[in-house]
Amino acid sequence: MLRVLLIFGALVAVIVGILGFRGHLGPGRPLMVFFDMDFQPKYQPQGQSAFFSDGRAQRTPPTGTVAFGGADFFGDAGAPTTNPDFLQADDVFYRGKEGETYVKRSPVSTDMPLLRTGRQQYGIYCAVCHGPSGRGNGILTEYGFVEIAKLTDPRVRSMPDGQIYHTIANGKGLMNGYGHQIPPAERWAVVAYVRALQWSQNASMDDVPTQFRAELEKGE
Amino acid sequence: MPSLLSEKTDRELRLQVGLAGVLFVALAIGVIWYYFTPKYARVGYRPEQPVPFSHEIHAGQLGLSCLYCHTHVDDSVFANVPATQTCMNCHAKIQANSPLLAEVRASYESGRPVRWKKIHQLPDYAYFNHAVHVQRGVSCISCHGKVNQMKVVFHAESLSMSWCLDCHRNPTPNLRPPSEVTNLDWQPPEGKTAAQVGLEIQERLLINPPETCQACHR
Repeated sequence: MLRVLLIFGALVAVIVGILGFRGHLGPGRPLMVFFDMDFQPKYQPQGQSAFFSDGRAQRTPPTGTVAFGGADFFGDAGAPTTNPDFLQADDVFYRGKEGETYVKRSPVSTDMPLLRTGRQQYGIYCAVCHGPSGRGNGILTEYGFVEIAKLTDPRVRSMPDGQIYHTIANGKGLMNGYGHQIPPAERWAVVAYVRALQWSQNASMDDVPTQFRAELEKGE
Repeated sequence: MPSLLSEKTDRELRLQVGLAGVLFVALAIGVIWYYFTPKYARVGYRPEQPVPFSHEIHAGQLGLSCLYCHTHVDDSVFANVPATQTCMNCHAKIQANSPLLAEVRASYESGRPVRWKKIHQLPDYAYFNHAVHVQRGVSCISCHGKVNQMKVVFHAESLSMSWCLDCHRNPTPNLRPPSEVTNLDWQPPEGKTAAQVGLEIQERLLINPPETCQACHR
């Protein structure tokens, strides 16, 4: 009887010794026994392809083409009212320019949802360097970033809206363009939020709605 | 003819063979139950990536939002791996000559992508939509674990079908205000459990996760 139990114990020890426990961290690829249809002959987003020389399944759009994002699918399917901005020809909205000069005012009307979007996007992409209040004191200043623009400076305050939009999209000086990370409509939201920051950082007590003044004075 | 074994030995042997049989079946069941599951096969998969990127530093220490790099998780079906350009936003200046980033610089110059290894791989017949989950308050943490504490990212949850269904049948423990989805250190407010907050969110956003086959297999 003892012999049976001993052999059983040894068997368990060998199996656990070879296969280990659940949750073990390691580079071993997940074991697949039945492949079923787990891997199908189709390209996944950002997948790899041995066919194209750069190894990517996703292709770069040819120069001069317009991305289809936000495109007019209804118009494309024959709807009577079509979106005239299908080709993103609106220079003011998509490039912040009118001819060669930057537009003074944002073409997007400012409301609370826009400012909320702007705050969210600013917090994700801009606050890292420019700081949560726009004073150029983001976390990356501790890691060797210098010469970060203070968005609350008179220089930036007097910039036309279109120039701020253009800087977000294409970068300036040491700053890379964020056009590939922030789509056009959200760039205008960020412009609106930057304006709000500039105002709040240079505001006087007269700018504060009366019901909030007591609270603010207590804080100081 | 007299029997070969005494009655006592015979009984002993029968008992031993019987016990061995029972134990063998139990062992087989135990091995299948413990090992034949993604909880064993997938959880803990931690491949070595071509660039030793640390989520602990970027998402934890620096506090970068998940969305800084994974720009479209909130409005796209898939969670994109960032373009090399995103790395270069900072690393054109910070650690600009580090040998650890040689691969990134090479990719930026040649235009060939960095070949990151995919860790969370759903079967090709399962359709998962990141945007829907992120917009409805399912945090990154629910499926990917505490990524902001991982030096090297590993597969933290099983991502098995029953695991998906557990949440689709009872989503409340995994729901939080959608604005806190990428805040991996979020805690429910004082005096409330995550499930209570989740229930409020579920009622407010009318969350009704599908349990039908074609929700994920279409």
